[in-house]
Amino acid sequence: MKINIEGLEFSYNGKPTLKNMNLKVGKGEFLSIIGPNGSGKTTFLKCMNKILTPKQGSILIDKYDLNKLHREDIAKLVGYIPQAERGAFPTSVFDTVLMGRKPHMKWIPSSKDLEIVSDVIDMMDLSSFSMKNINELSGGQRQKVIIARALAQQPRILLLDEPTSSLDLKHQLEVLEITREQANNDVTVVMSVHDLNLAARYSDKILMMKDGEIFHGGGTDILTPENIEPVYGVSVDVKRDSDQIWIMPKKIACK
Amino acid sequence: MFQNQVLDEYRKDIGQKLLFGLSAVTLLTLLTIYAILNGPVKLTYTEMYSVFTGQIVSGTAYNIIWNIRLPQVLTAVVAGAGLAISGAAMQSVLKNPLASPFTLGISHAAAFGASCSIVLLGTGTTYSTGAVVLDNPYITSLSAFTCSLFSTAVILALAKLKKATPEIMILAGIALGSLFTAGTSAIQYFAEDTQIASVIFWQFGDVSKTTWNELGIISLFVIPVSIWFAYNSWNYNALNSGDDTAKSLGVDVDKLRIRAMIGASFVSALIVSLVGIIGFVGLVVPHMVRKMIGGNEMLLLPVSCLMGSLLLLASDTVARNIISPQVLPVGIITSFLGAPLFIYLIIKGREYW
Repeated sequence: MKINIEGLEFSYNGKPTLKNMNLKVGKGEFLSIIGPNGSGKTTFLKCMNKILTPKQGSILIDKYDLNKLHREDIAKLVGYIPQAERGAFPTSVFDTVLMGRKPHMKWIPSSKDLEIVSDVIDMMDLSSFSMKNINELSGGQRQKVIIARALAQQPRILLLDEPTSSLDLKHQLEVLEITREQANNDVTVVMSVHDLNLAARYSDKILMMKDGEIFHGGGTDILTPENIEPVYGVSVDVKRDSDQIWIMPKKIACK
Repeated sequence: MFQNQVLDEYRKDIGQKLLFGLSAVTLLTLLTIYAILNGPVKLTYTEMYSVFTGQIVSGTAYNIIWNIRLPQVLTAVVAGAGLAISGAAMQSVLKNPLASPFTLGISHAAAFGASCSIVLLGTGTTYSTGAVVLDNPYITSLSAFTCSLFSTAVILALAKLKKATPEIMILAGIALGSLFTAGTSAIQYFAEDTQIASVIFWQFGDVSKTTWNELGIISLFVIPVSIWFAYNSWNYNALNSGDDTAKSLGVDVDKLRIRAMIGASFVSALIVSLVGIIGFVGLVVPHMVRKMIGGNEMLLLPVSCLMGSLLLLASDTVARNIISPQVLPVGIITSFLGAPLFIYLIIKGREYW
């Protein structure tokens, strides 16, 4: 599904957090939102899912106005992977993934729901501990469970909030490979991320945010020292291979 | 095949938990029969059978069963279920293992309401024979109920005003609880001895206080609210993963939380004001169930009902038989019986916090 955002404004307790955001994401496109802490990435993602209701502006997914859609209907279309999640009471891996079927099911999960869940668990390589409590898993495994839940939702749009921030190298790649595959299957992906190298490697488009505003947007070619330094306040070297961009931080830039 | 293995494991797991629920139902049925037969006056199974089939329509056995044992036993079953499911729902929507109708100040408010009615309106006295009598139990209950609802209304109004976060609700509940406790103490300080005796007597939770009428009133609310909680179990499951996640799964979080709070508070206020204070059930039964069958609300809520009934009925049966013919108030026994069981589960049960 396409996402079309125009003139979006959001404020927390009267303090503007997002200012005049305009964004278009095409079907099956993988967009990475980058920017320093507090630049509004998470808030922006949450607006795309009506977790937060913006003060102004419009968000269209395909032809539907997000504001006019029911929460249950949005849940059938948009999957969301939060930055950090820890339940008050633990549940098993299977039950957690099954929750992704919630928007689609009535009170008792159907055999189709159960099949989808077991397929996703299988695909994500979680089968060997599907009955374990998620609190007993490692951070990487837990993140995979959360992603599995979003995939069980069978969304057309996937929103990920720093999905790799607490993961080891292997899990980082694993999570992003899975996400990339979703985009290849025409799921629209919007992800906030800190690791610029990963953003460069996996995404089609980059959105740079600073102080609640869009600093720059475009293909991965916008990841240049000239753009990165004013956004992060860090001077970097950028090296380009044939199909890969390498970004190496050098030092904190003087103010 | 790997995939089938996952499904098989899940089905086996669900099967075991359903079996557990079924055993609880069986146990509850047996215990109900035992409780009807035993007390200061022992009845035989044949007598009970004849009374239920209508072969005996008068006499001691008939009177004991219809007018004393049955209302008492059923009140224990319904009140236990109502308190346990209210506790389970509150813990889920507030995402706090310490939430219960009692930590939220409902029982304190009820005690205050009852004290007001007994001392200020004079609805209770003690006779020289030592018998404590509430002259007008309905006014006492009504006053207790009104205070509980008022306390809940304040919590909800605060939550509505300042966004419905669980922390605000719990802290407000604790604050109101101590306010009402102070109020009760103040009233007691100025009350006469006989009135204090009545107040304390009222506070002992006792399922033998109720008649068919009161049992009917409690059931009228406990049953539909419990069904409604169970119907919402997937929403509570989603809420457990956090407000944002729940919203992303299509749950209207604020509305769900407020409604669950209203339902749970209403039911527990009703039970407390008619039966008196029965601690422990609402707080601990849901934890016991989580330790035994895990946290999936779809099973947790109905099984909590069953375990609440079982615990309260077992306690009441013990209370009636332990120092027969003396009858203890059940509120004393629930903790005596439940606490060791819970400690055992902390040591042996599944870990989850």
